[in-house]
Amino acid sequence: MAIKTNKAIKISKKHLLGIQDLSVNDINYILDESETFIKLNQSKNKKIDVLRGKTQINLFFEPSTRTQSSFELAGKRLGADVMSMNMGNSAIKKGETLIDTAMTLNAMHPDIIVIRHQDSGACNLLSQKVNCVVLNAGDGRREHPTQALLDALTIRNRKKKIQGLKIAICGDILHSRVARSNIYLLTMLGAEVNIVAPSNLMPKEIEKFGVNTFTDMKKGLKDCDIVMMLRLQNERMTSSYLSSNREYYEYYGLTPDKLDHAKSDALIMHPGPMNRGIEIDTRLADDINKSVIKEQVELGVAVRMACLKIFCE
Amino acid sequence: MKKQYFINANIIDPYNSINENGGLIIGEDGKIEAIGKKVNTNNLPTREKPTDLKGKYIFPGIVDMRVFVGEPGYEYKENFRTLSNAALSGGVTSVVTMPNTDPIIDNVSIVDFLKRRGRDKSKINIFPCASLTQNTDGTNMTEFGLLAKKGIIAFTDGVKTIQNTRLMSRIMNSAKDLGCLIMQHAEDYDLAKNGMINSGIIATKLGLSSIPDIAERIIIERDLTLLEKTKCRYHISQLSAGKSVDIIKERKQNVKFTCGVSINNLSLNENDIGDFRTFLKLSPPLRREEDREALVQGLKDKTIDVIVSDHKPEDEESKRLTFAQAATGASGIETLLSLSLELFHNGSVKLETIIQALTSNPAKILNINKGNLSIGNDADFCIVDINKPWIVKKENLISKSKNTSIEDKKLQGKVTNTFVKGIELFKI
Repeated sequence: MAIKTNKAIKISKKHLLGIQDLSVNDINYILDESETFIKLNQSKNKKIDVLRGKTQINLFFEPSTRTQSSFELAGKRLGADVMSMNMGNSAIKKGETLIDTAMTLNAMHPDIIVIRHQDSGACNLLSQKVNCVVLNAGDGRREHPTQALLDALTIRNRKKKIQGLKIAICGDILHSRVARSNIYLLTMLGAEVNIVAPSNLMPKEIEKFGVNTFTDMKKGLKDCDIVMMLRLQNERMTSSYLSSNREYYEYYGLTPDKLDHAKSDALIMHPGPMNRGIEIDTRLADDINKSVIKEQVELGVAVRMACLKIFCE
Repeated sequence: MKKQYFINANIIDPYNSINENGGLIIGEDGKIEAIGKKVNTNNLPTREKPTDLKGKYIFPGIVDMRVFVGEPGYEYKENFRTLSNAALSGGVTSVVTMPNTDPIIDNVSIVDFLKRRGRDKSKINIFPCASLTQNTDGTNMTEFGLLAKKGIIAFTDGVKTIQNTRLMSRIMNSAKDLGCLIMQHAEDYDLAKNGMINSGIIATKLGLSSIPDIAERIIIERDLTLLEKTKCRYHISQLSAGKSVDIIKERKQNVKFTCGVSINNLSLNENDIGDFRTFLKLSPPLRREEDREALVQGLKDKTIDVIVSDHKPEDEESKRLTFAQAATGASGIETLLSLSLELFHNGSVKLETIIQALTSNPAKILNINKGNLSIGNDADFCIVDINKPWIVKKENLISKSKNTSIEDKKLQGKVTNTFVKGIELFKI
């Protein structure tokens, strides 16, 4: 299948480290490019060769199912040679630093490194030390740009626009890179963003990003077009932020009665993996009329293909 | 040693309230023989050829109250020899060393080692601190009395804070009985847990755990409340928040204590961290511009007594990591004076106040006869070209570690000569 591309537009950055580095043009360019790959991914022959001869290394320091497999599939469908490294078994365990690992891999001349790391800023550090393109697949609590892009693509596909929409992002904002990337992207594209979280999970001065903050979920969801739920990141919580999961569910879990405050055609999103019965009612998660969670995963591959192609060119 | 004559200098010696153009005579014994405007060409012996300083400044040798040296245990970061060379290039002639070495300075036997090394390898005056608690664990007190007899100048857990209130109260009682100086690094651990930078939009944006300013305030308020009951010699090592300055100003009216500030917190703010610059990962953290301004104001109105370098040499391997993994602290003894002069050049603080906070005030707190140019004292001083422009370059730093917080910064004012006991040990 032939892929039409707009060669005139170039991306303004060498690496994809975060949404905050991108311009509105960059974002629209990536989203437009992603559209073409949606069709490719639904067709019978899913493989093209725009990245033939290129080497892509997936460097995942944190466990990941969907992001890692999505990047791997994206690379393979574009014809790149993809190597996924499980860093749990690597030299890092033997005391090697991130920079040394980077230098070692750099010596093998990869064209793209996709990195996920538990420390904020790890991808920035990596990008300063290697010659190839670095794509951030999530760094600490800072950014997860491809997730925000795929969320935007999902919203755009369903609502045909982003500007003027009212979007609620709910849950564990403090520990969430997905929330941060989405806040940057959605506000940049002209959406009105409501942040809903208990005070203990609300980052300091988040309102300075140009969002409205709510501790009452019903108020935060009022008249929203999109309800984006986040996973409660228990693994990042070092001390008591919440009393219990059941109390959290009672006040911040997405249930039909709370969803009633949003618009009747509101869509439910979740970056996954979900804690059913904690942040989201399991019936809502599976409600095909409201939930677009599976679509997010599907479009994730297309967005990552677009990113790989654009940044690798 | 030959007698030395200097004329036509701008001398500032806050201890003796000297701020005038004049000269300095150093005797054959390396002590100050005469100083001030009376020392000029008219009344010097004609056979002597005095050095004409042409309006350069003479300051007492700087007393830096917060310096980390790598000996013992981290000699690869800094040893006494490299520390003293770095200090001399910045006009620092006396330093108070922190006990956070390996092993920790917490017992009498290691003090002997430290003093011997300090004496043999260092050209400047070394005043070592011992820890407040054994192994800085925050549980059992060290032997304040015995350690003080061995020459320990003050007690502090350095980078750590006494969290246990009952222990802090007992430490204060002992310090009072024995007349010892205790210095606290003010940070509540529970509030600061895993924190790396100031709480606020920068931390939220960078996705880093943060240290709220109240973590500092709570320890300060707790200690000052204890101090009202037990009046010992108490010093807060470094302030970082504007709110802390307010509290100190208020409490100083009722209870006697002193406090310091790092030159980093006086000169930089959290925005300087930029794109995860690990050299600016500091403790206490850099805070908002409003906090920095409040600290400058506190120095100006003398709420804050002392400026320190908080010189913490770290090798490249400890800093070439992600922000979360990188070591805390910056090298700064060489740039302490020049960076402080920025506050004078930009009109924020009077020169005399700055010099006081670098010389006579720390000496007074430590109860040592340093940081002044009194007749009969050791001639520890520096000569400074107060307008000379220069740029901080990593490769030109003398310290063994190059982790400066102000790489490539343009500064105005440079030490040209430093003397200890009348001997010129540094010359540009």
